[in-house]
Amino acid sequence: MKYLNEYRGREGIRKIVAELHRTTTRAWTLMEVCGGQTHAIAKYGLQQLLPPEIELLHGPGCPVCVTSLDIIDQAIAIASRPDVIFCSFGDMLRVPGTDRDLLAVKAAGGDVRTVYSPMNALELARTHPDRQVVFFAIGFETTAPANAMAVYQAHRQDVTNFSLLVSQFLVPPAIDTICADADSRVQGFLAAGHVCAITGFEEYLPLANKIRRPIVVTGFEPLDILEGVLMCVRQLEQGKYEVQNQYARAVSSEGNIPAREMLQRVFEISTQSWRGVGNIRSSGLLLRQEFAAFDAGQRFPMDFQVREDTSGCISGRIMQGLSKPDDCPHFGNKCRPQSPLGAPMVSTEGPCAAYYRYGTRPHHNQEPRHEH
Amino acid sequence: MNIECPLPLDQLATESDEVIRLGHGSGGELTQRLLRDFIFPYIDNYWIQQGHDSAKLPVDNGSLVFTTDSFVVSPLFFPGGDIGKLAVYGTVNDLAMSGARPKYLSCGLILEEGLPIKTLVRIMYSMGTAAAEVGVQLVTGDTKVVERGKGDGIYINTSGIGVLGATREICPQQIVASDVVILSGDIGRHGMAVMAQREGLEFESPLLSDCAPLCDPVAALLAAGIEVHCLRDLTRGGLATALVELAESSGMGIQVEEGCIPVSEPVQGACELLGLDPMYVANEGRFILFVPAQQQQQALEILTAIPVSIDSRVIGRVSSLAGAEVTLQNSLGCERLLYRLPGEQLPRIC
Repeated sequence: MKYLNEYRGREGIRKIVAELHRTTTRAWTLMEVCGGQTHAIAKYGLQQLLPPEIELLHGPGCPVCVTSLDIIDQAIAIASRPDVIFCSFGDMLRVPGTDRDLLAVKAAGGDVRTVYSPMNALELARTHPDRQVVFFAIGFETTAPANAMAVYQAHRQDVTNFSLLVSQFLVPPAIDTICADADSRVQGFLAAGHVCAITGFEEYLPLANKIRRPIVVTGFEPLDILEGVLMCVRQLEQGKYEVQNQYARAVSSEGNIPAREMLQRVFEISTQSWRGVGNIRSSGLLLRQEFAAFDAGQRFPMDFQVREDTSGCISGRIMQGLSKPDDCPHFGNKCRPQSPLGAPMVSTEGPCAAYYRYGTRPHHNQEPRHEH
Repeated sequence: MNIECPLPLDQLATESDEVIRLGHGSGGELTQRLLRDFIFPYIDNYWIQQGHDSAKLPVDNGSLVFTTDSFVVSPLFFPGGDIGKLAVYGTVNDLAMSGARPKYLSCGLILEEGLPIKTLVRIMYSMGTAAAEVGVQLVTGDTKVVERGKGDGIYINTSGIGVLGATREICPQQIVASDVVILSGDIGRHGMAVMAQREGLEFESPLLSDCAPLCDPVAALLAAGIEVHCLRDLTRGGLATALVELAESSGMGIQVEEGCIPVSEPVQGACELLGLDPMYVANEGRFILFVPAQQQQQALEILTAIPVSIDSRVIGRVSSLAGAEVTLQNSLGCERLLYRLPGEQLPRIC
């Protein structure tokens, strides 16, 4: 497993952990932006290896968790139509809407299918010209280029029975919003490596200056995350707030230019509604007018009222780092993976799911500390 | 038993375009022809030849063990196996996990209108071959046909009877503190092979199901006098779910070490790509056993001498201290709890 095992090895991690213990002189609170990083931290028990002064908060980077309730309700309504094949990535299927989830729609006879790429959905549209094929296009900068490509191809090939239900998010405006909150405790960020692999880290340079906090572009393996923490702590200890790139094997300053071009060709930046947070300016993507015919939102106009989230889920506070999953009174009681109140408990990148699944124990492993 | 290898499809040339019709489930001439020409030849034995409504079975001394299971896999044929093999091995393995020697199976077929007869024959041939390999007899059965669109081609139910020799009970309540946990091989191959085939995913290295019978290693352990406290085959929910269920049933804590749990590179790669945890991926030819620590070496010697369990190894221990929880220690020395899979694992978004 090249590119994996070398980032999970015990020796490399012992060295970083020892260095981290040597470097840390006071308490620091960092936020890992990406839900994939949150899960890696919980799965590998990395908090157990950190100096006790370092606290990790979990950021807004779970695409399933931040998708607003009204879009999920809209997805459920579209998926329930008999003329529609509704395609989604697997982890959206269990997320509760107001009344039910997409798996319940499937069980009731809706044609809901798990796909691995929007191109799979486009292929379904080609092979089922008598049906409407809708792809649930959710996610951050990571998923947007492929979704854009699917629409671009559909447009070029005149596939008219294909559309996207779009709920795309952009990360930097969310970081900005988190820092603008007077209650925010975040002192430094581990930015999501996958996102930056597309966007590059150029746009983080003015952001770091504006929020006056270090931002370290970080990967997803244990060694990546610990290195990202170390780079962030070093800056904090020195009073710096720069952008650094821990994930250099995948991320460049300019990112993936063809992917960015495709994204910009098909989408335009818009205000986006984040679940539990509200509207954030310039934090979302909409299909450009040229591709509006592929917008499922316009193709299947809804006549339902947007309802308020009354589930009791505190996802908004958790995604902004204002609360942790186990601060929630429902965590592990009323809210479990089998009966979730909100997306963070069912998404494969959700922080509540990470806490529930991995139930980590505090500081069982003392060994790396002996090297301090 | 009259089995030829390779599968004698050429003998079916005149029938090869035939498909299952609703009339094949009518109980009339078509049903008789289906049984006579396409099912019985592949599971032929003394009991089938009797043509009775039920089978009279001789048994050895000891207790009878009885189990049943249904098989609904899609696709019907996957790398390393097919639904017919699964239907035999799955039930045989359930019997073996109680320490019983499998003797007789029933076979309930639910066929979907439109299923090609050739497909049915391939599956029956596979069942017959698997049964012969394990030494069980398919002695009774039933066939129904459902309308097109109301089944996935074929569903199979098998029930099994096994004979338990004079051995101590093998069940979760027999697990005691200080038992070691032995795993019979690498995990996650069946689930990933089926998923890759179903979704048309291609990987550099082939993913083959581990689908296999487990009675030989169990029989060898018991014959050698190993004091087996508990056995559990790893099916849906994977290794993690099996461990959690046994911890709950026995009331004991189980600690396992991640570094001791083998996962093949193709399975690891496919799981990474799809965001799945191999600890929760299905297996069809793996089991765990709980034995006293002082017998672990002898048990390992027996298991590693048998092909299906050649990669057996100790993966953990039982403790009365940790409560009925399963903790996984990773190579960094950090611990996490294992949980019961809440539903099916769903591939992630990015």
